[in-house]
Amino acid sequence: MIDYQMDQQGIATLSWNVADHPMNVLNQASIAAFDAAVRRAIADEKVKGVIITSARPEFVAGGDLDLIRRIRTPAESMDITKTLTATLRTLERSGKPFVAAINGTALGGGLEIGLACHRRLVADSPKIELSLPEVTLGLLPAAGGTQRLPRMIGIKSALPYLTEGRKVAPAKALEAGLVDEVVAADQLLTRARQWLLTEGADQVVKPWDGKNFKFPGGAVQTPGVIQIYAVIAGQILAKTQGLYPAPEAILACIYDGCQVDIDTGLKIEQRQFARLATSTTTKNMIRTLFYSMGDANRLADRPKNVPTRQFRKVGVLGAGMMGAGLAYVGANSGLDVVLVDVSLEAAQKGKTYAEKLLDAQVAKGRLTAEKRAQTLLRIQVTDDYAQLTGCELVIEAVFENREIKAEATRQAEAVLAADTIFASNTSTLPITGLAEMSARPENFVGMHFFSPVDKMPLVEVVRGKRTSDTAVAQAMDLVKQLRKTPILVGDCHAFYANRAFGLFPYEAMILLKEGVNPNLIENAARLAGMPMPALALTDEFSIELLYKVMKQAQADQGKRYREQPQDIVLSAMVETCGRIGRKDGKGFYDYPADGKKRLWPGLAEYFPLAAQQPGLEEVQMRLMFVQSVEAARCVAEGIVSAKNADVGSLLGWGFPAALGGAISQIDSIGATRFVAECDRLTLVCGERFHVPQQLRDMAAKGTRYLE
Amino acid sequence: MTEAYIFDAVRTPRGRGRANGSLHEVASARLAATALRELQERNRLDTSKINDVILGCVEAINEQASDIAKAAVFASGFDPQVPGIQVNRFCGSGLEACNFAAALVKAEQAELVIGGGVESMSRVQMFSSGAPWATDPQITFPHRVIPQGVSADLIATKWGYSRQDLDAYAVESQRRAGVAWDQGYFKSVVPVRDINGLVILDCDEHFRPDTTMESLAKLEPSFTLLGEKLGFDAVALHRYPELAGIEHVHHAGNSSGIVDGASAVLIGSAEGGMVQGMKPRARIRSFGTVGSEPTIMLLGPAPAAEAALRRAGMNAKDVDLFECNEAFAAVVLRFMEALDVPHDKINVNGGAIAFGHPLGATGGMLIGTLLDELERRNLAVGLVTMCVGGGMGSVMLIERV
Repeated sequence: MIDYQMDQQGIATLSWNVADHPMNVLNQASIAAFDAAVRRAIADEKVKGVIITSARPEFVAGGDLDLIRRIRTPAESMDITKTLTATLRTLERSGKPFVAAINGTALGGGLEIGLACHRRLVADSPKIELSLPEVTLGLLPAAGGTQRLPRMIGIKSALPYLTEGRKVAPAKALEAGLVDEVVAADQLLTRARQWLLTEGADQVVKPWDGKNFKFPGGAVQTPGVIQIYAVIAGQILAKTQGLYPAPEAILACIYDGCQVDIDTGLKIEQRQFARLATSTTTKNMIRTLFYSMGDANRLADRPKNVPTRQFRKVGVLGAGMMGAGLAYVGANSGLDVVLVDVSLEAAQKGKTYAEKLLDAQVAKGRLTAEKRAQTLLRIQVTDDYAQLTGCELVIEAVFENREIKAEATRQAEAVLAADTIFASNTSTLPITGLAEMSARPENFVGMHFFSPVDKMPLVEVVRGKRTSDTAVAQAMDLVKQLRKTPILVGDCHAFYANRAFGLFPYEAMILLKEGVNPNLIENAARLAGMPMPALALTDEFSIELLYKVMKQAQADQGKRYREQPQDIVLSAMVETCGRIGRKDGKGFYDYPADGKKRLWPGLAEYFPLAAQQPGLEEVQMRLMFVQSVEAARCVAEGIVSAKNADVGSLLGWGFPAALGGAISQIDSIGATRFVAECDRLTLVCGERFHVPQQLRDMAAKGTRYLE
Repeated sequence: MTEAYIFDAVRTPRGRGRANGSLHEVASARLAATALRELQERNRLDTSKINDVILGCVEAINEQASDIAKAAVFASGFDPQVPGIQVNRFCGSGLEACNFAAALVKAEQAELVIGGGVESMSRVQMFSSGAPWATDPQITFPHRVIPQGVSADLIATKWGYSRQDLDAYAVESQRRAGVAWDQGYFKSVVPVRDINGLVILDCDEHFRPDTTMESLAKLEPSFTLLGEKLGFDAVALHRYPELAGIEHVHHAGNSSGIVDGASAVLIGSAEGGMVQGMKPRARIRSFGTVGSEPTIMLLGPAPAAEAALRRAGMNAKDVDLFECNEAFAAVVLRFMEALDVPHDKINVNGGAIAFGHPLGATGGMLIGTLLDELERRNLAVGLVTMCVGGGMGSVMLIERV
């Protein structure tokens, strides 16, 4: 775990080497080994100074989440955090100089080990990342990070590292005072040894352990700092809506802990950590953001019997918004892309989208003109399907119409090799049906990208009835190559994400129809953690789009069509009011050219406010639960796994990570209570809140979807 | 229970709360002592009979720290054995000091007590003594504490008070302030003098009776940055999700000014006054404090007034004159609307928008102002109420005898 070496001059080197893990992580075993090594070096009279470094490319990558995930009670948490804190305090006060020779990335607890040392040297490599990312998983640095960093660089300067998890490379870290020196990688240990032998002995007392310690930038109760505390709740609550307790806990550690001595401060830090580690929010965030998303990125659901494929050349059919986005994303990932449309002009227009995105990056200095040119060269535009020859996978992104899709499929298959995978980027049409038009239905798979493709990280890989393992596996390989996250979903109308998400804007419209104050509808969604309120969001992708979906369904189903509660709102907005959404400057909102958008006052005329308004909680419950009920139906139908449903909801439509996802929300509330509320809502609002039998059984047994 | 009476009420003029304000040279203890000494001189008090001096003071730090009331007693020439205590209920401190004085008398645990307050805002800055209720993240986050100015704008938004409404109110406050000084209505004001007896300031110096709608229109709203850039508008909507957003309508001209000043109110039992040969000017009918929703924060006056009226078995129509502290114009507009109080019965000689609001001192000042005016108009019943930070409201209901 910790390699221990001692040289002639009395310098001990402790090298992190957690061989039984893919990375150096802090867990009970490695912390114990580190503690033993530190104590040995301190006890050995021959040791004059100590280097802490790593035998692996990374320095230390932080706490082992398997350990944190298992924490059940605050007392357990305190037991776990106090050990490393004690070790670091011991080395800090040992009277012997400790230097951190940071040879690679140091995250969380890794960086905190460095902060406890008397000097920090970091190798001069821009690839090295230094950060305290705990807050992004609902945690806080619990090995002294909230106490040492403010005492080193000042409270104001420390805040972005602690409350936002700001990442820095060595040069920036030096500037910010996180480290003392940036040293050439091959000189790191030499310089560390030199420092220990020359200056080390004089710098074994930390400022906060010495007399007359003055907080850099002022202590908590000084004007410069207290003014920050007087306003910081606004900035953070406006972003988190109070759903994410970690930033508040970190601010509390600093506020309370930096008004006392560091040992008391460290206790305060551990108590706040214990509160977070045992909170539902943090457990949700760790489960979905780390484990479930990690599994998805690792392609855990990929058929194992198919060899991994590395793609070089892909085809994209249709150069509309989706096709253009796909071409850009492909080229940007180093793939050659053949972009086909009915005319060369149309195809070329699709390529302009990539040009625009790349130009913007060049303008911001994030991309060189050369790289821009190279990327653009990879996109070949054509109106000739024959140019698809040699493509290893083709994604069809033509108009959402069966006949047009069938024609594109036929034309492409005519020139493609027999083993080429054909993927349809349909957002609604079942894959099994589309595959019937294919000569090779086993090669036919769904790849549902989200708009805008360059920004949205999720891809639903849809397995139709006859889709082969090979097609599924290769589609997932491509998603990974495009640096996006795939989730495997089953075949049905609209698949998983659009089904579950779609009910969110509809519920908002139904509330509007019932006479609920539109401000309340919008604020309720925002306060529940949705990135954009439902009516505003509908304006963005256009009311007209949903109106057309309704019209199409009416046409398709004829007399069988059952009127949906939101239909009357769609008709009123589009037919009566002519307000089709943002693209036209008129939707649920007005979009004045010179000011902020605001809800259209005319809504009150068509949907008069009800005398009795529901409470905030009821509106939030309807907007949020309706998504989870549909997700639960998808899980019950075998369309998506519970884990992937969570991942899909976060990445596909910005469901709040605090709730863990559309399925974890049910676990967080408890199936029993969730079902009881949904049963009540079914009576009051209708069948859309009717829970599937699987969930009802879970409620009866008191079980959950995910641990 | 013994009745509590007001025998007298005095105040200093209010100096601009800046380095160029006339009272900037006067230390807080001596500013408070000015008011105490005036009570003694006007009433030829035997100060050894005073059971306690209770002074409101918000920023109890540095020269206002560590019980400014006892320091003021020493500075006043009172019998040095008179005790003193400082109280803090933010903007309501001065009124609360008088309430506590009244409570001691009514409970028959004191015969003669001075209430009042002092605040030298030019010498001891607002928020300099720390304020965990507004800075401790474990308090501010869960309770959605927002800056008072944003709360005031939230009141205006919720009840639809436009910038014009607020500015019109402010212009009238300034006009009334000018008339009151011209006509010499403020009998309770005592000049502040230097160590040699020379007058430093004998008139409020913050008000501008020539204020017009046009002159106010030039002022930028004060709380846009806090609300829009620093996120507090969004936080306000956490508690008031029925609103689309917050309209920023308050500014330096329709909010209370920052000033220096002190007040003192002599409160006692009938017997306590008789021993000193004093006649009571008013009886304290009821008083108290309420809590209110902390995010909107400044809605305390209406429920406080209602509670005091209920205790006295009265209703708002029975009150002849009101003083509702003009912390922000919207606070008073909302109070008038909530209790159906006509504008010509409230803050009839101007208020803090014109004169300024020396936090800890204001409550005692309002009692004096109200009492002077009830006597001038020969009216009976008056009510003083104030909005208080953190979501509180203080009140005192008096009746002339």
